[in-house]
Amino acid sequence: MSAADGAIAPTESALLTLREVTKSFGGLTAVNGVSFAVGEGAVVGLIGPNGAGKTTVFNLITGNYQPNHGDIHFTGQRLNGLRTHRIIMLGIARTFQNIRLFQQLTVLENALAGCHYRMSGGILAGMLWLPTQRRVEKAAVERAVQELEFVGLGQQTLTVAKNLSYGDQRRLEIARALATQPRLLILDEPAGGMNEQETEALIGLIEQIRARGITILLIEHDMRLVMRACEKLVVLEHGGKIAEGSPEQVRSDPRVIEAYLGTEDEV
Amino acid sequence: MKPRLDWIGAGLFAALLAVAPLFLNAYQVDVLNSIGLYALLALGLNLILGEAGLFNMGHAAFYAMGAYTAAILNTRYQIPILWTLPLSGLVAGAFALAVARPVVHLRGDYLLIVTIGVGEIVRIALVNDVFGITGGANGIFGINRPRVFGYIIRRPEDFFYLIWGCVALTIFLFLRLKRSRFGRALNYLREDATAAEGSGINTDYYKLAVFGLGAAWAGMAGTLFAAKMTIISPESFSFWESVVLFMIVILGGAGSIPGVLLAAFLVVGLPELFREFAGARMLVFGLVMMVMMVVRPQGLWPARGHQGFSLAALARAVGP
Ligand SMILES: Nc1ncnc2c1ncn2[C@@H]1O[C@H](COP(=O)(O)OP(=O)(O)O)[C@@H](O)[C@H]1O
Ligand SMILES: [Mg+2]
Repeated sequence: MSAADGAIAPTESALLTLREVTKSFGGLTAVNGVSFAVGEGAVVGLIGPNGAGKTTVFNLITGNYQPNHGDIHFTGQRLNGLRTHRIIMLGIARTFQNIRLFQQLTVLENALAGCHYRMSGGILAGMLWLPTQRRVEKAAVERAVQELEFVGLGQQTLTVAKNLSYGDQRRLEIARALATQPRLLILDEPAGGMNEQETEALIGLIEQIRARGITILLIEHDMRLVMRACEKLVVLEHGGKIAEGSPEQVRSDPRVIEAYLGTEDEV
Repeated sequence: MKPRLDWIGAGLFAALLAVAPLFLNAYQVDVLNSIGLYALLALGLNLILGEAGLFNMGHAAFYAMGAYTAAILNTRYQIPILWTLPLSGLVAGAFALAVARPVVHLRGDYLLIVTIGVGEIVRIALVNDVFGITGGANGIFGINRPRVFGYIIRRPEDFFYLIWGCVALTIFLFLRLKRSRFGRALNYLREDATAAEGSGINTDYYKLAVFGLGAAWAGMAGTLFAAKMTIISPESFSFWESVVLFMIVILGGAGSIPGVLLAAFLVVGLPELFREFAGARMLVFGLVMMVMMVVRPQGLWPARGHQGFSLAALARAVGP
């Protein structure tokens, strides 16, 4: 399937739908009329050369940027104009290409950030450390620890985040995202900076996340990971979508080979 | 330090402080009272600046709002001075929300400039007697002594227990707040507001809430100040006061309650010990800040896990 086939109509079953989404920065059109859908329960990869506009698509989905044209829908609700935390509360969680942890805080405190919006308690409850607040905090810590154990950081809850290895930092970001209990998890280059074993473990982790019924949309340069983990790929180049389909379809698409892969043997 | 040792140290300090008035003369107790007031103010500012990382160099404006609210209510409407505490806090907090709302989005350095401006506007408004109720440059006098269960608080020792009692209560409340959901949200803001928002945290709400809370605390400290002085005027709320408070938080170790206390003792107490060098105060403070920036950017007594904030962050925020 190529861009010439036109936009995919927002389907009822799709969890996330982008329709003709465009975003420009001054004169540069970073994302140009991109449409695609992510079905519930799927693992979808967003690929393309550096500067193709992939991260910008993510930032549009989570409301860090507003599209100039087009709509983004999640579970039937329009996301345009919503602030980021509102979008997260609807059930989308994300990680960042350049790891964005709370560096000076502990692993546990980082994961607790994801629990935050489902907790209650403001200034008074906190100052007085009311029994209700104590219960809420205890339940949140349990949830956070669960997610940390899930990603394999259960033994390091009190480590300060910046002292973690690179791979562990990426895992902690995933735990923080999972702690929001999302329906859709979007991962921006989760294997970036990881060695081979870590990437292998990451593929396993993605499988486990999917087994929990969480839909995944990920950006990744590691083609082995993409080909193994994803059932559908969307290919961007210069801000436009040039291909979409199963990994097999995409890897044999002449436009992809020409524009993105260049040397096919790398795939 | 082990938690147990922390508590033993804190207990010893509190006990020593509690008996201090028995051994000190009136002037020395009065210095301790000043230190207590600054500690109270700095603990509030520490929430904004230390915990949430929002640069506020206009804290004296909120202090003034509280002091004037208390003074006006007391002298015009004969409301007992300590009864005005909640209202002074509310007025200062509401004022902070109003001024912070349009500016909390600003980057650190811009926020710093705007809060300096707010502080000056408030002071100048007081000097010019804008609503005809602040008494202009002369200020307001004839504020009643506070009364607690029929006992009139008048001597420095009396005020000592009132002020340091408030400091103790503040520490008790803020220590809890710090480890609660609200307190963590402030730290997320300071560490990375984008990541906080991306974790589902309404960052604008917390920025405003902490400004309001810190300012409300300054407002209540203002009531104590008005009660202690019985006369207040705009010069007590100058830009220099905001700078001193800012310095206490940064010097002590942003986000660290013991650090803020220690710095309050040093910044307010030391100049009293060296009164003959009063003219060199600015110079000494400037030098101390420069030396600290180089040798100990995390502050004298940094909060756990903190190594890069405070002076280093300030340098980043106001740097080129
Ligand atoms: N905030 C921004 N301001 C200006 N240009 C931007 C901004 N964000 C991204 N871009 C530009 O948009 C293009 C796409 O960037 P990005 O989405 O990060 O690409 P990718 O993630 O595919 O490598 C790049 O040319 C980048 O320089
Ligand atoms: Mg990118």
